[in-house]
Amino acid sequence: MLLGGGVALALLWAPEDADQGASQRIFYIHVPIALTAYAMFGWGAWKALRLLGKREERYDLESYTAVHMGVIFGVLTLVSGSIWARASWGVWWDWRDNQLVLFLILFLFYSAYFMLRYSLAPGASRANISAVYALFGVVLIPVSFLAIRLAESFLHPGPVVLTRDVGENVPGSMLLTFCVCLAGMLALAAALYRSELLGKRVDARLRELREALA
Amino acid sequence: MTGYLRDVAALARKDLLLELRGRDTLPAMLLFVVAMLVAFRFALPREVEGAAEGLLWVAIVFTALLGLTRAFVPEREQGVLDALVLAPADRSAIWLGKVIAVFAFLVAVEAIAVPAFWIFFAPLGWATVAAILLANVGICTVGALLAAMAAAGRARELLMPLLFLPLAIPIVIGGVGATVVAEPGRYLGFLALYDAVFAILAWATFEYVVVE
Amino acid sequence: MIRARALEKRYGDRRVLRGLDLSVERGGFLLVTGANGSGKTTLLRVVAGLAAPSGGELHVDAERARLGFLAHEPLVYRELTPLENLDLFGRLYRVPERRERAGMLLERYGLWDVRHERAGTFSRGMLQRLALCRTLLHEPDLLLLDEPFNALDAGGAALLDAELAELREGRTFLVATHDPQRLAPLATGRLALA
Repeated sequence: MLLGGGVALALLWAPEDADQGASQRIFYIHVPIALTAYAMFGWGAWKALRLLGKREERYDLESYTAVHMGVIFGVLTLVSGSIWARASWGVWWDWRDNQLVLFLILFLFYSAYFMLRYSLAPGASRANISAVYALFGVVLIPVSFLAIRLAESFLHPGPVVLTRDVGENVPGSMLLTFCVCLAGMLALAAALYRSELLGKRVDARLRELREALA
Repeated sequence: MTGYLRDVAALARKDLLLELRGRDTLPAMLLFVVAMLVAFRFALPREVEGAAEGLLWVAIVFTALLGLTRAFVPEREQGVLDALVLAPADRSAIWLGKVIAVFAFLVAVEAIAVPAFWIFFAPLGWATVAAILLANVGICTVGALLAAMAAAGRARELLMPLLFLPLAIPIVIGGVGATVVAEPGRYLGFLALYDAVFAILAWATFEYVVVE
Repeated sequence: MIRARALEKRYGDRRVLRGLDLSVERGGFLLVTGANGSGKTTLLRVVAGLAAPSGGELHVDAERARLGFLAHEPLVYRELTPLENLDLFGRLYRVPERRERAGMLLERYGLWDVRHERAGTFSRGMLQRLALCRTLLHEPDLLLLDEPFNALDAGGAALLDAELAELREGRTFLVATHDPQRLAPLATGRLALA
C-alpha cells in the first residue's frame, strides 16, 4: 500500500522536475531498489548471526528469505540500472558504473548461496553453512566496493568521472519524493519478505504435521 | 597458545604428508598453470599493454581453485573430519592447518609460474611478488573455508568455483593493480586489508562450518 | 554422566530422534538397539557433540579429550599408515608418550606388522581394528561405540570382547548394536529405539 503511494507520488511529483528529463525519474526507482537490496542482505546477515548465536531454526528460514529478497531486488537493480544507463548514455552496460558492477559481483555471490543450499541436505549443518556464507556476503559488499573504486585507475585511464545529473542542490521536492520511494520500496520488500516467510512456515508446519501423523 | 600452534602444526604436517603420499594435487597444479600460460600466449593475438599480467592473475586464481577444490576431499569423503572435530583441539586449527598447507602448495607452484611468465612474456617487479604473497593469504584463508563448505555437499567440483570466484574478484583487482600500476602501494594495502578482514572472519566462523 | 530429556534431532522435515529420555550414570553401560535407520548413529553423534540437538536437553559430563568415539566409518586417513594416523591423533589428543602407546595398541590389535603400510590397503576388518586403536589411544572415560563388532572377523571380535571386559571398570559406555546378546553381560541398561 505504501509502495503504491510511493510510486504514485514519484511518478506524479516527478513531472515537477521534468527539466532534468524523463530518464531522471528512474533514479527514484533504481536507487531505492539498490538500497533495499543492501538492506535485505544486511538483514539476512543479521539473522544469520542470530542463528549462529542461538541455533534456533527459525533464523535459518528468516535469513534465507532475506537473502532471497536481496537477490530479487539485486536483479531489479541491475535491470533498472541497465535501463537507466541506456536512457542516460545510450548503452545497456557501462563498466564505469561502480554501483552496477558491485551488484553484478553480489549477484554472482548470492546466486552461489542458493547453489550451496541446494547441494546440502536440510538440517542444522546447512543452516550453519548458509549463515556463515551470508556473513561473508555482507563483508564482501564494502570490500568489493573499495576494490572496484581502486580498479578504476587501471581499467579506465583518463577522465573517469561518470555521474548523472542528480543535481548539486537537491531540491526539497526531489528529496521528499526520493524518501517516499525509498520507504515504499522498503515496505514492499518487507511485505514480500513477510509473505514468503509466512508461506514457508506454513509449508514447514504442514510437513511437520504430516510427519507426525505418519 | 602454544598448544593451539602445535595442533595447527600437526594438522599442517598431516596435509603436507597426504600430498606427498598422494602426489596428485601439486603436479596437477603445476601442469595446469604452465598450460594456462601457454594458452594465454595464443589468447592474446595482439600485444596489449598489461593484458598478459592480468592473465597471470587469472592463472593464479584458477590454479589455486584447482588445489582448493581438493582441499577437504579426504576429510569429507572418508568422514575423518568428524574425528578431527571431536579432538580437543580448537576447530579453527583444522582450518589454519589447511591454510598453511594450501599456501605451501601455491607458493611452490608460483615459484615455477613466475619465472615461466618472465620467460614467456615479460619481467615482473617486486611489487608483483609482494602482491602474489598477499593474495595467496587471501586465497588460502577464504578458499579453505569455502572448500570445507563445498565438500559438505554434493557436486563439490561444480560448487567450488561458484563459491570462490566472486570472492576472488577483489583479489584479482588488487593483484592486477599492483602489477601494472606505477605506484602499487594502494593495491598492496588493499590486499592486506582483504586478508585481514576475511582471515578474521574465516577463523571465527570455521567452527560453524564443520560442526552441525 | 549422560542425561537427556525430550531429546530431539531433526534433519529438515525428518525427525530422527523424538522425545528421547535417557540417563547413564558414571561407570554405566547402556546398550542402544533398534532397526536400521532408527537413529542409533544419530543419537551417538549428538551425545558426542558432532551434532547439536534440535530440541530438548542434553548434558554430557565429559570434555572432548575424555571422549572416545567409534563411528560407523573407521575415520582414518587411507593414504597414511597406522603409525602416521595414530601419531596425528596422538598429537591432537596430547597423548603422553604417544609413540609407545600407539605401538602398544597396534600390537594388541594385530596391526604391528602392517604399521608402515597405507591404511587404504587394509581390509574392512583391519580398518575397524585401526579405528579401535584411534578410539582408545587417549584412554577416554566415556566411550561411544557404533556397532563395534561390525566387520570384525572372529579373531578381532574376540579381541574386542576381551578389551571391553578389561576397560569396563570405571568407564562409561554407550554402545549401539545389532547384537545385544553379546554385550548383555556387561550392560547396565538398555534403550530400544523405534
